[in-house]
Amino acid sequence: MGAAAVADPFVPLPYRVGRVRRETRDITTLELTPVAGDRPDFQPGQFNMLYVFGVGEVAISVSGDPAVDGGYIHTVRDVGAVSGAIAKLHAGATVGVRGPYGTPWPVEAADGGDVVFVAGGLGLAPLRPAIYHVLRRRDRYGRVVLLYGTRSPADILFRQELERWRRRLDLEVLVTVDRADAGWRGDVGVVPRLIGRAGFDPHGTVGMVCGPEVMMRFTATALHDAGVANDHIYVSMERNMKCAIGLCGHCQFGPDFVCKDGPVMRYDRIADILTVREI
Amino acid sequence: MADVEPPITMQENMQATLSREGLRALIEALAARGYQVLGPTVRDGAIVYDEIAKLADLPAGWTDQQDAGRYRLERRTDEALFGYAVGPQSWRRFLHPPIERMWQAHRTPDGFTVTTPEEATPKFAFLGVRSCELHAIAIQDKVLIAGPYVDTGYQRRRLDNFIVAVNCGEAGGTCFCVSMNTGPKAAAGYDLALTELLDDDGHRFLIEAGSVAGAELLATLPHLAAMPEDIAAADAVVARTAGSMGPQLDTAGLKELLQSNPTHPHWDDVAARCLSCGNCTMVCPTCFCTTVEDHSDLTGQTAERVRKWDSCFTADYSYIHGGSVRTETKSRYRQWITHKLASWVDQFGTSGCVGCGRCMTWCPVGIDITVEAAAIRAAPKRSRGTGQETDHGGA
Amino acid sequence: MEGLERIVLAHPFFAGLEAELGPLISGCARNHRFDPGQYLAHEGDPADEFFLIRHGKVALEILPPGQQPIVFSTEGEGAIVGTSWLVPPYRWRFDARAVELTRAIGIDARCLRDKCEADPRLGYAMMKRIAPILARRLTETRMQILDVYGKRAK
Repeated sequence: MGAAAVADPFVPLPYRVGRVRRETRDITTLELTPVAGDRPDFQPGQFNMLYVFGVGEVAISVSGDPAVDGGYIHTVRDVGAVSGAIAKLHAGATVGVRGPYGTPWPVEAADGGDVVFVAGGLGLAPLRPAIYHVLRRRDRYGRVVLLYGTRSPADILFRQELERWRRRLDLEVLVTVDRADAGWRGDVGVVPRLIGRAGFDPHGTVGMVCGPEVMMRFTATALHDAGVANDHIYVSMERNMKCAIGLCGHCQFGPDFVCKDGPVMRYDRIADILTVREI
Repeated sequence: MADVEPPITMQENMQATLSREGLRALIEALAARGYQVLGPTVRDGAIVYDEIAKLADLPAGWTDQQDAGRYRLERRTDEALFGYAVGPQSWRRFLHPPIERMWQAHRTPDGFTVTTPEEATPKFAFLGVRSCELHAIAIQDKVLIAGPYVDTGYQRRRLDNFIVAVNCGEAGGTCFCVSMNTGPKAAAGYDLALTELLDDDGHRFLIEAGSVAGAELLATLPHLAAMPEDIAAADAVVARTAGSMGPQLDTAGLKELLQSNPTHPHWDDVAARCLSCGNCTMVCPTCFCTTVEDHSDLTGQTAERVRKWDSCFTADYSYIHGGSVRTETKSRYRQWITHKLASWVDQFGTSGCVGCGRCMTWCPVGIDITVEAAAIRAAPKRSRGTGQETDHGGA
Repeated sequence: MEGLERIVLAHPFFAGLEAELGPLISGCARNHRFDPGQYLAHEGDPADEFFLIRHGKVALEILPPGQQPIVFSTEGEGAIVGTSWLVPPYRWRFDARAVELTRAIGIDARCLRDKCEADPRLGYAMMKRIAPILARRLTETRMQILDVYGKRAK
């Protein structure tokens, strides 16, 4: 697996759609393989700009295992023109890919201590590569916890994988939903509530949080209240992206460009600005 | 005055005196070397940058009256060629064009391929670049070609870019380059620099080379050695300009001031006046924001991506997930001024503002960036994150 | 009642309680066991009892007519179920159903309310513990109302 040499960072490379899997009613996972050459290496937390012919580009995090050969795995939710078009693609279609871009999850920095992953909704997808990375080097970490929350039981993402992870003895998985019907025997309530129930030592723990921004704000505060240091909490930010390479200005969040100073950002550096309206 | 050709010297910073004939020769020499010569010219009641073929194309005898929200051309009593400040355009429109086709995609039986346009990169020679504009170009160099990813088009256009600077003889009504340490004297980033001298000794230009390429070209032009009196006169011109600035911007601690006052009530004050029209971002020489549009033709066989100038004042600049992050004029103005005067320092090491005054001149309601910054500085500091009146008395 | 008092005071809800108040509370306490599917309370019932969950899981739900019940929260070990007993008109605002086998201590609310009126120290000790729970649940409920995982209307 080598890095593809791209002369012009504005030009997408053609990739072929392979396996397509409908995850939930509006979320699809696709495997993308380069038409020529190998897929570049990527780090957990990075994203690609995916181009649909004549429609446009959208930033989508890679959701696959960085250590596995093959194409890019992307998990996409139908929320707009481009993502909707991507969600309707079949095997054999061609998409354009630029990337990978962005700052990764601090999986190396978390070595030696406990790790808490907190995912909300589709946020489990950008976190999944980091989970794979940690599980592959399991003996380098202390307690590993995954807390996952989503809208309802029907919206649980990667359900079979979550169940498989939950069966492991060296990983604690807690799942909650915002609402359910009486058939659900699991927890109902917001994801930060799971923090108190998980078994980890907050001192030295690294928290990686991914989901809707409101959920991440709430969760980061809750992790902090539980004793996790603010400079040990990481979130994955999202802003409007056009170029993804720091040249178009759109993704600015305070002084940071989400495309190159993010998307993974350390919470203590942005905690103040996160609560400023319309920053 | 007979021009004598001195021995050829390649001193990088050689100085000489050029007559009007010499300036004409300069324009012709650049054209002969394949440059597209661009410089100031009068059109539609303003001084804009366009192709210059002869001296008569330059705004001889014109000056500008500028103030917040005001721009008028007026006749001078002399025939100075550069007796004005800056117009609505900057050199950005050549180096970082308002519309640029990035690539085309063509459908194939099993997908599509992408091609980049095979257009020759023009060789630009800029005549009449002011010191503030030199700094603006250097700032855009930092943004567009000094980062981890390079704007390849901008890079190509800058490679063979010949710059003839002009030291300002007039301070515009909205100029504040002295506050920003960006002028009025051109210090670096030019191949040649002119100071126009128009007095009893005639109409001439002190010319200085700023690069080997500039010195080489100067050596081929009809010129005279620079006399000490002319050098002194040129210095006096620059000093007079520096002393006649209008606005001032206190830049001490400005970054921290703006970044720690995102909920200052003054933003409401500006928002009540700002039309969110985006003129400031169009005329600013350092603004670099762009957007992209993806089009396909009617047959659906060819698609292309076009890049265009964008503005942080537009409604969907910050659009995500079905809505915009910045819906209010207040937050957009705050974004623009904070980026320009504060965030830019974190991002690129310098202020994003060069004190050219264009944003003030071309604002329909005359918002003055120096006044707004001063208003934040003058009022008691507000607590960040609350909208309430809390005087922390120095905290 | 000493064994029950110990169990009551060991529950996280009463952490830090002054020793003298213990007997006042446990005097209103009794043991409960709920099988899966069994209801602890129904919406509209008088809030005469609230529950300290020792183990198990209780679903808080509301039943819109003609629809399936909607569960909006589950409470487990260490939590309490029922706060309306402290606020007039003292009526349950939702159904509470055991999801799994649940053991709980029921505290007689009328008994405890009378004692709180008589002894402000006890009253304040109860308010101090209930208020943070209400605040936290309010914040969490607001988050749920935002439907953060839902799609924004275009």
